[in-house]
Amino acid sequence: MTRLVDVAQKIRSKNAGPFWLTIDIFCGDAERFERVRAGLDTQHVAALFRIPSQTLKRFDIADLNTIKLSLPRPNIQGMPADRDMHGASFANLLMEIEGF
Amino acid sequence: MVKVLIPSGALGLGYDRAALARGIAQKPDIIAIDGGSTDSGPHYLGTGSSKYSRSSTKAEWAELMAARAEAAVPLIIGTAGTCGADSAVDWLVDITREIARERGERLKLAVLKSGQGAEAMTAALEGGRISPLPAAPEISAETLRDCSNIVALAGAEQIQAALATGADIVIAGRTTDTAIISALPLARGCHAGAAWHGAKIGECGALATTSPNSGTILIEFDADGFTMTPMGDEARATPHTVSAHMLYENSDPYILYEPGGHLDVTGSVYTALDDRRVRVTGSVWVASDSYTVKLEGARRSGYQTVSLVLVRDARYVDHIEEWCADIVAKCTAKARTRIDGAFDIELRVIGQNATLGDLDTSAHKGSELGVMGIITAETEALSREVAKMLNPYLLHHPLTEQEEMPTFAFPFSPPEMPRGAVYQFCLNHVLQLEDPMQAFELTTEELGA
Repeated sequence: MTRLVDVAQKIRSKNAGPFWLTIDIFCGDAERFERVRAGLDTQHVAALFRIPSQTLKRFDIADLNTIKLSLPRPNIQGMPADRDMHGASFANLLMEIEGF
Repeated sequence: MVKVLIPSGALGLGYDRAALARGIAQKPDIIAIDGGSTDSGPHYLGTGSSKYSRSSTKAEWAELMAARAEAAVPLIIGTAGTCGADSAVDWLVDITREIARERGERLKLAVLKSGQGAEAMTAALEGGRISPLPAAPEISAETLRDCSNIVALAGAEQIQAALATGADIVIAGRTTDTAIISALPLARGCHAGAAWHGAKIGECGALATTSPNSGTILIEFDADGFTMTPMGDEARATPHTVSAHMLYENSDPYILYEPGGHLDVTGSVYTALDDRRVRVTGSVWVASDSYTVKLEGARRSGYQTVSLVLVRDARYVDHIEEWCADIVAKCTAKARTRIDGAFDIELRVIGQNATLGDLDTSAHKGSELGVMGIITAETEALSREVAKMLNPYLLHHPLTEQEEMPTFAFPFSPPEMPRGAVYQFCLNHVLQLEDPMQAFELTTEELGA
């Protein structure tokens, strides 16, 4: 099975302030953007983060061949339950999605 | 036209000195640099301190002060000392006085403080002037009183007031990342959408170019748009690197909220002027009906001690979850019988799923694991006491009753490491103001006089 990391050029996650997480999937070109756009199931991504899909904001940005996903941080940055201060590791969950 | 020179994404990050020199040769109207963000966590706002060392900060700030003297234009820093709390501003002011003394330089310094008192904040909350942003935690007057620091993010208006004093150097507490860049172009009547959009593109220095580490960029603002020129030798700005920067650390790729309105880049047009410069037009500033500033606050949530043990025994590695669960249950029960006060014991398995926790459904183990015990308690003494109770379990706890006592690897003596007070961010709100300067304090002083 082809994973998202094998199709996309770069996947990064970052804090967007202490309360939000934002994930950018840079696809590299229009052909791969279309593959990812069609194949990436928003509900599946929401399930990975265990949140309702309406909480997940998705932007398909054709001009940049990029898909952006934003969600409230799984734990507020720096709370005892937070494991990743800068939020950069959450991108790994996306990388391993299969079926592209 | 207004030229803003941005030496790097943050003071303390370093920059290419040749690029800065090239920027100074372009005769900028102002040099603007960011001093912080929330990205390193709540400790800095909680304690009102800087994440970068004093010596690195002083070395880079002295270079920028020298560059400023050469260009004979204002130098401004926003969010001084990582968090922009009043104590962090005082810290940088102290460093600045020291450098001015050492350089024998006479300077006018303007200081903008963003710190908010608990009483004024409580009154604002009760008066309905504090509103939550999406994903904000619940707050009460008690939350506000518990904060060790609350700061309001200044916008362009407060920075313009500081610049209007005629200061050579402006040290600002918490500001939006963009306001220190947009303030002068806006004051001189440049296109408002371009002023904010260019500021967002420039706030991380050369991050919006092909050579992010070169640091220095120049942005020229005018009546219709802005032009971004990297100062690094190899650095190039392309329509893609520039437009993609709106995504960075921003939950919405088209909209950016600022005090007094928002930027909308949906219709922005990015044009390559040559192979290294990009011009942007069509960005829109939408003024809001009321003037609000964002608030940030941090309060102490307890004290922490951590312990670390390494497990190499294959049988224990295979059964690490049940081993950890048994330790947490037994140690918690024992501590409850011996200690009064609230505490929490958590074990994270490093080498398995310590990074993502339960979200990690494809985690797998190697030949060894680290187990990090995290004890959070209401006092420092209590967190240390519970850690000392946890240590014998981490060292010797058997998987079953019917086996010889095992011994695992402690890398340190003592194995427990007190982390002191831990803080949490507790505000994601905006404060409504009648007048932009209402929540801010502006002072000036002569240095080297």
